[in-house]
Amino acid sequence: MKKRILAIVMVLAMILSLSLAGCTKPAETTTAAPTEAPTEGVEPADEAVFNWNVGADPKTIDPCLNGASDGGDVINQTFEGLVREKSGVIYPGIAESWDVSEDGLTVTFNLRESKWSDGSPLTAHDFVYSWKRGMDPATASEYSWIWEYTNIVGAYAAVEGESLDAVGVSAPDDNTLVVQLETPTDYIVSLLSFYHFMPTKQSAVEAGADGAWAKDPANAVSNGPFKLTAYTIGEGLTLVKNENYWNADAVKLDRIEGKFIDEASTAYQAYQSGELDFLPDVPAAEIPSLIAEDPNFYVFPLLGTYYYNFNMDLELFQDPKVRRALTLAVDREMICETMGSGQVPAAGFVPPGFLDHEGNDFFETAGTYGIATDDSKIAEAQQLLAEAGYPNGEGFPEFTIMYNTSEGHQLVAELIQEMFKTNLGINTKLENQEWAVFQDTRKAGDYELSRGGWLTDFMDPMGLLSIFTSENAYNDPNYYNEAYDTLLSSAAKTRGAEHFEALYEAQEMLMTDLPIIPIYHYTDVMLVSPRLQGWDRSVLGTVDFSGASIAE
Amino acid sequence: MKTYYLKRIFSMLITIILITTLTFAMMHSIPGGPFTRERPVPDEILRALNAKYNLDDPIIIQYLNYMKGLITFDLGPSYSKIGTTVNDLIYSGFPSSAKVGGLATILIVVLGIPLGVISALKQNKPIDYFVMFMATLGITVPSFVIATLIIYFFAGKLGWIPSFGLSTPASYIGPVLALAGYSLSFVSRLTRSSMLEVLRQDYIRTARANGLTELSVIGRHAVKNALIPVVTYVGPMIAAILTGSFVVEKIFAINGIGRYFVESVSNRDYTTIMGVTVFYAVFYLIMVFFVDVAYALLDPRIKFKEGK
Repeated sequence: MKKRILAIVMVLAMILSLSLAGCTKPAETTTAAPTEAPTEGVEPADEAVFNWNVGADPKTIDPCLNGASDGGDVINQTFEGLVREKSGVIYPGIAESWDVSEDGLTVTFNLRESKWSDGSPLTAHDFVYSWKRGMDPATASEYSWIWEYTNIVGAYAAVEGESLDAVGVSAPDDNTLVVQLETPTDYIVSLLSFYHFMPTKQSAVEAGADGAWAKDPANAVSNGPFKLTAYTIGEGLTLVKNENYWNADAVKLDRIEGKFIDEASTAYQAYQSGELDFLPDVPAAEIPSLIAEDPNFYVFPLLGTYYYNFNMDLELFQDPKVRRALTLAVDREMICETMGSGQVPAAGFVPPGFLDHEGNDFFETAGTYGIATDDSKIAEAQQLLAEAGYPNGEGFPEFTIMYNTSEGHQLVAELIQEMFKTNLGINTKLENQEWAVFQDTRKAGDYELSRGGWLTDFMDPMGLLSIFTSENAYNDPNYYNEAYDTLLSSAAKTRGAEHFEALYEAQEMLMTDLPIIPIYHYTDVMLVSPRLQGWDRSVLGTVDFSGASIAE
Repeated sequence: MKTYYLKRIFSMLITIILITTLTFAMMHSIPGGPFTRERPVPDEILRALNAKYNLDDPIIIQYLNYMKGLITFDLGPSYSKIGTTVNDLIYSGFPSSAKVGGLATILIVVLGIPLGVISALKQNKPIDYFVMFMATLGITVPSFVIATLIIYFFAGKLGWIPSFGLSTPASYIGPVLALAGYSLSFVSRLTRSSMLEVLRQDYIRTARANGLTELSVIGRHAVKNALIPVVTYVGPMIAAILTGSFVVEKIFAINGIGRYFVESVSNRDYTTIMGVTVFYAVFYLIMVFFVDVAYALLDPRIKFKEGK
C-alpha cells in the first residue's frame, strides 16, 4: 500500500517539479510586462514609441551578411549607407555629395563628418573595410552576388576568390571614398543605398563572430537613426534613437519596439486590439476587404514578377506557336482578381516602377507584345494551337504543372490548369514539392512547366532581364538565344538611350520567344496605424522610420 | 532492481545513437541543403559556406564529428540564425515551451483524471454525456482552431488577454488551453473507460461486499488501478507537451522550441534538426523510463526480472 501511495506521489511530484521548473521564470517576465507591452497611454506621454511587427526573427542583422527583407528592414533603421532612398528619391546619407567623372568610370563620394553610435568617428576607411568584408569569400555572405551588378573594378572577381587588393574602392582621406567602375553604371548611386553597402565598424564586427555582434546590444555599433538596445531570440528587439546619428535632430521617435510574429492572423488581431502599429503583412483573406475599406492599408508595387517556366529542352515546347498559345490562353486579370492583393497582370517581364532614359515608365512604354491581360486572345490561342497541329488540343500530350507547396501557388496553378483545359482542351496534372526540393528539381530541369518568381534589388530592368541570358544560374527554362545574350551584354556596357533601347529590344525578343509565361507583377502590402506618421519605404520595399513620428 | 536500471540506461543510450544516426542519414538524403536559395549563391561563396560549417568533409567524418560534439553537449552552430548555436536556441526556447507545457500538463492531470472518474461513476447520466461530448470535441477540433478562436474572442472581441507572447499571466491562458485541449480530452476518456473496466472487476465487488465505504472503494481501489493506462499515456505526453507545439507557438508568437521541429526541416538547418530531435528523444526516453518505474510501484503484479 505504501508503495502505491509512493507511486502516486512520485508521478505527481514528477509532473509538478517539471511544471514548477517551468514556472519560475514567468514572474520575471510579469514584472517587466507594463513596459514591455505598451498600449496607447501606458508609456510616458513624452516618449514617442510604436510597436512594429518585424515578421520572422531575422537570420542576421549584420549588413554584410543579411540577405532577407526582415533583416533588411531592421538594418535600414540601425545603419545608414552613403545615400538613403525613400519612395524612389535619393537623399544624401553619410555622403554629403558625389561626383561622377566624365567617362562615368569614377564616382567620388564626399563624406560628411559623422559618428558611430559609440561616439567614435566614421570614416571612408570604414566603408572600404566593410565592402571588402562583404565580397570576401571568407565572410561567406550569401548576398555577395550583388557585387556583380555594381560593376566595381575587381569586385565580383574578389567574390570569386581573386585578390581583394585589386578592388577599385579606396579612401584617399577620411572623408573621401573613390569607387572605380568597369563600365559606366547609371544606377550605381541608388544601388549603394542598399543594406549590403552600409558600413560596419571593424572593432565591433570582430567582437562577435559571424554577425553575432549585431544582435548583441553590448557590441552592436551602428551609424543609423536608431541603435539596438535589446534583442531576444524569437521574441523581439528594441531600438532607441541614436543620439550620435548625424541627422539626429530629424529623428522624432524615441523608441521602436519590434516583435517577431510570423503568423499574419495573430499580428492582425494584435493590430486590431492596438498592441501593434505597423504590420508588414496581413492574412491573405483580409486583403480584399482592407483594400476596399481601410485607408490605413497600403498596397505598393514590388519590383518583381511571378511567372511560369517552359522547359525549353523538351520536344513538347519546341514549337513557338505552342508556347504562345499556352501564354495567350491564360487570363491574367482573373488570376489577379482571385489573388486579390492588387497584383498587376503581366504581359512582359519588367514590372512597373523603372524609368527609362526619357523618364518614361519602362513597363508602360514596353507595351504588351500582343499578349492580352484578359481573356480576349483565346481565339488566337486556339488558332495557334491548331496551326501547330493540335486542333482543340487533340493529340497534345498531358503535361505537369509544378510548383512549390503553398496555398497561393496552388491557387494560381489550379486556375491555369482550368484555363488550359477550357480554352485549349489541354489536360495537365498538378504537382507540388516542398520548397527546397523544388529548388533542386527546377535547377536540374526536371520539370515540364514550373513556377518562377523574381524580385530585383536595384533600379534597372537589367536586374530582371539578365536572368534569362544563357550563362545565368537562374535561367531555369534553359532559354538560349545568342541575340538575347548580345543585347544584354551591350546593355551592361552602355548608358542612357543605348542602354534602354537594348533592354526594350531584349524584352521584345523574350516575349516573342516566350521561354516563360508571365503571370503578374508582385505587390507588397502594409497595414499602419494612423498614429504612426511620416514613415516611408524604399522602392525595393525596405521600410524607413527615420522621419516617422507619433500623431498626438 | 539495480541491474534492471543499468540495462535500461544502456538500452536508452543505444536508442539515442540509433535515432541520431537515422535522423542524420535521412536529413542528408533529402534534396536541397542549408544554402539552397531562390537566387543561387556564387560558387566560391558556397564553397566558403560549406567549408565554414565543415559540410565539405566526407559524410562519415561529418557524422563522427557530430557525435563527438554530442557527447560534450555541443550541438553546433545554427545555419538559419547566423552567429547563434543550437544550444542557444534550446536554452532560449525551452523555458517558454516548458512553462506553457507544464501548466498544460497540470491542467490535463488535475482536470482530466477527475472528469474521467466522475464520468465513469455517472455512466449514461447527463454529466457523463456532457463530459464525453466535450472530450470528443477536444479530440476532434485541431489545436490551431482552438488557438485561433481563443485569440479571436478573448484577445480580439473581449480584450481580456494579449494576442501574442507571454508577457502577462493572462497571456498563458490561450496557449495553455490550446495545447491542453487534445490531451485533456484524451485523458478524461481514457480514465473513464479504464475506470469502467476496473469497476466491473471482482475485487471491487468484494470490497463493496465487505462493506467498505463507497469513498474507500473508489478512492483506494478503483482509481489507483484505473490510473495505469493513464500513466502510460501521460509519461510520454509530458515529453511531447513540454517540448512545445509548432502550431500553438506559431499562432501565439511564443518563442519556444516547438517551432524549430518544423522550421529547421524546411530550412535544412541540419544542426537544429539534429539538436531538437536528440533533445526530444532524450526527454522522451527519460519519461518512458519514469513510467516504467511508476508501474512497478503502482501495480505489484508488474515485477522486473532481476539478475538474469
